[in-house]
Amino acid sequence: MNASLSQYFNLKQAAPFIALVVLILVGSLVHPNFLTYDNLVQNVATRTSFIAIIAIGATFVMSAGGLDLSVGSMAAFTAGTMILFLKSGEATGGAVLIAEGMVLAIAVGVLCGMANGAIVTLGRIEPFIATLGTMVILRSLFTYLANGGSLSISPDLKDIYAPVYQGTFLGLPIPVLVVLGVGALAALLLYKTPFGRHVLAVGSNEDVARYSGVSISGIKALTYAIQGLCVAIAVVLYVPRLGSANSATGLYWELQAITAVVVGGTLLKGGRGRIWGTIVGAFFLEIIGNILTLSNVNVYLIGAVQGAIIIVAMLIQRSLNRRTT
Amino acid sequence: MPNRLENTTLPFAGLAADNISKSFAENLVLKSVTLNFAPGQVHALIGENGAGKSTLMKILGGYQLPSSGQLLLDGRPAAFASPKQAEAQGIVLVHQEIHLAPHLTVAQNIFLGRELRKGIWADDKRMNEASSQLLSNLNLTIDPRVVVESLPIAKRQMVQIARALSGPHKTVIFDEPTASLTPHESEALFAVIDSLRQKNKAIIFISHKLDEVKRLSDVVSVLRDGKLVAHQPAQTLQPVDMAHLMVGRELGQLYPPKLPADDGESVLQVHSLSVPGFVRGVSFNLKSGEVLGFAGLIGAGRSESFEGLMGLRAATGDIVVRDQKSGPFSGPKAAAKSGLAYVTEDRKGKGLLLESPLANNLTLSTLGKFTRGGLIDRRAENLALDQAITDFDIRAKSKMIDAGRLSGGNQQKLLLAKTLLANPSVIIIDEPTRGVDIGAKQQIYELIVKLAKAGKSIVIISSEMQELIGLCHRVLVMRQGRIAGEVAGKEINERNIVTLATGTA
Repeated sequence: MNASLSQYFNLKQAAPFIALVVLILVGSLVHPNFLTYDNLVQNVATRTSFIAIIAIGATFVMSAGGLDLSVGSMAAFTAGTMILFLKSGEATGGAVLIAEGMVLAIAVGVLCGMANGAIVTLGRIEPFIATLGTMVILRSLFTYLANGGSLSISPDLKDIYAPVYQGTFLGLPIPVLVVLGVGALAALLLYKTPFGRHVLAVGSNEDVARYSGVSISGIKALTYAIQGLCVAIAVVLYVPRLGSANSATGLYWELQAITAVVVGGTLLKGGRGRIWGTIVGAFFLEIIGNILTLSNVNVYLIGAVQGAIIIVAMLIQRSLNRRTT
Repeated sequence: MPNRLENTTLPFAGLAADNISKSFAENLVLKSVTLNFAPGQVHALIGENGAGKSTLMKILGGYQLPSSGQLLLDGRPAAFASPKQAEAQGIVLVHQEIHLAPHLTVAQNIFLGRELRKGIWADDKRMNEASSQLLSNLNLTIDPRVVVESLPIAKRQMVQIARALSGPHKTVIFDEPTASLTPHESEALFAVIDSLRQKNKAIIFISHKLDEVKRLSDVVSVLRDGKLVAHQPAQTLQPVDMAHLMVGRELGQLYPPKLPADDGESVLQVHSLSVPGFVRGVSFNLKSGEVLGFAGLIGAGRSESFEGLMGLRAATGDIVVRDQKSGPFSGPKAAAKSGLAYVTEDRKGKGLLLESPLANNLTLSTLGKFTRGGLIDRRAENLALDQAITDFDIRAKSKMIDAGRLSGGNQQKLLLAKTLLANPSVIIIDEPTRGVDIGAKQQIYELIVKLAKAGKSIVIISSEMQELIGLCHRVLVMRQGRIAGEVAGKEINERNIVTLATGTA
């Protein structure tokens, strides 16, 4: 590519966005109902919000060269604790109780994230193994809390809480607004602060960061705490959706989040993070599923097509990387 | 300067480089080099860091392709797309670094990638026998069944040589083979090289140790700034002539005049610093305005001492900065608070983020200075980069490129700029000019003297003896993790340093 042109337009960075536009064009050709507010915003974007928010957290962890496999189980456990708390005060509680529940969920999520961070940094255990462990632990704890079944809040309480998921503001669903807000804060944190710069330095080359006086453990631990916070925010949006949590809650979310992050242009090995790319990546996956559903592809095959498209996306990304370096 | 030297005639038996040039981006690192490597001869290739030796060697070994020109093998054009292809033609390269799988056995390493088979199974028995044979041909008594990890460095290197010689070999390239060997171990290696010569192999010997070159080689070729500047029989050259040819000027010119070693105030006192497994009981003083050298063989514990001092390794001992007990430090950040800064020898691995822009590299250790209201001030960062580019003469095609795209010398200048941004009073520079071209080298030397003049205290760890001789007021020589002795003033010369470094009084 021409050097002066590449200065203003970075194909590598723009790729996920271009892919999204192409996908939306394809979708609008496939089905007349695809490119409508109801489908694209109310349905697809809103449903994407949990994964998108969790994936924003994962962008920090992965940019620093880490990995968190426990986010799905952490979501279930956090949701379970929150629902149990809400049930305990159900008789008298209203909006205040819900607000308290939200604070509790945030605390639980951050603590879980800090635990992951401590195991990885103080325990010096590979992130893959450490979070595989906490993934199993948290899933088991949730199953224990739910006594093997599901946990639900009362219909009355659900009615009060529901607008958090179903409501809109300025024409946009609240979960979508939360994604945008979290994304904006995350982008600021990753791109504009010393912390973000240090995250990328640690992921890029841990030795260089260490020799430059960056606290490796501190930075890594913080990324896991941020991940926990993001999981909790997703849970706060998830609980009012159905008012319950069961064994399917959070299942495979870690895989979806990692996929969104990688499709969005963040390097799996760390050193490069793309917040908006991640959000687009999450949206991208959901849209593929939506287009396939609208075009009457057998629902059992949707996963196979999504998987194939992910691999193709990564191949394209790699060839772009080769060309520009 | 003629490109073809008179005593070079082509075609020729054996391997030859015919008018080879190589450029990386806009850097021309080899300029029309024509050389032949005759069977039965030891051909020494010498030159300063960045002179193009390693590039030429990589082209010969099939690791890189020339940008123009060609290789000739027995007079016929040859092109090696990979080391494997070069090896198939009998050209093998013995690397300076050890490239062995530490957890595999000696025999498994020797046959790695071309295992002998019995049906579909690896034939360990036959490989062990063949390895035994190879090793005994080299007069070595190493059990091929032991794990490489359990061998000392010198023996690992011998295993690597055995591996190189296990296939067909007509031309053997040794890249600084004695860099990490003791004199006694070097002797064993020279015997191997001698026996190869007697078997009519062509040997290319790359070394910085000019007395070894004098002793061992039949022909000497000198590269300077990518050009072949001399190619003559070894008998006609003394080590001092070689040095002059390498540098291309009187050595004195390379180094700015030393400042008088006046009695500045004591800035840093280190008492019995120990780094478990590497360094024991290192003590020294450092005054302001002083340039203190650390010499020693590879593995003597020089870098480890200072990594320990900076808190990059676990260390014990007392560290006193300006009469205040300050260390051991918990890490570089704590050391920086006391005014200490360390420039690593491993520029690419530990110094710079090669895939990040120049500005991000420059400010990484001092981001606090560039932060306003919690956010990074990109404008201030860019101003600092402009300043650094001017002050340190960093030559970059664009300010936006990644650090990895700079040449070695410019990377080193960027690393120095990054370190000096913290305004340290004690600057420890590990191998200040490794892999740096001669022009940048001189600039770095001038910078060091300028810093000393400004009252900074400098420590230079270097494997280049000339550098220590040319710059330092005092040189401490380390051997096996301890300080073996000190030389100062006029006593700083190659002989005194080598004597202390090797313990051969």
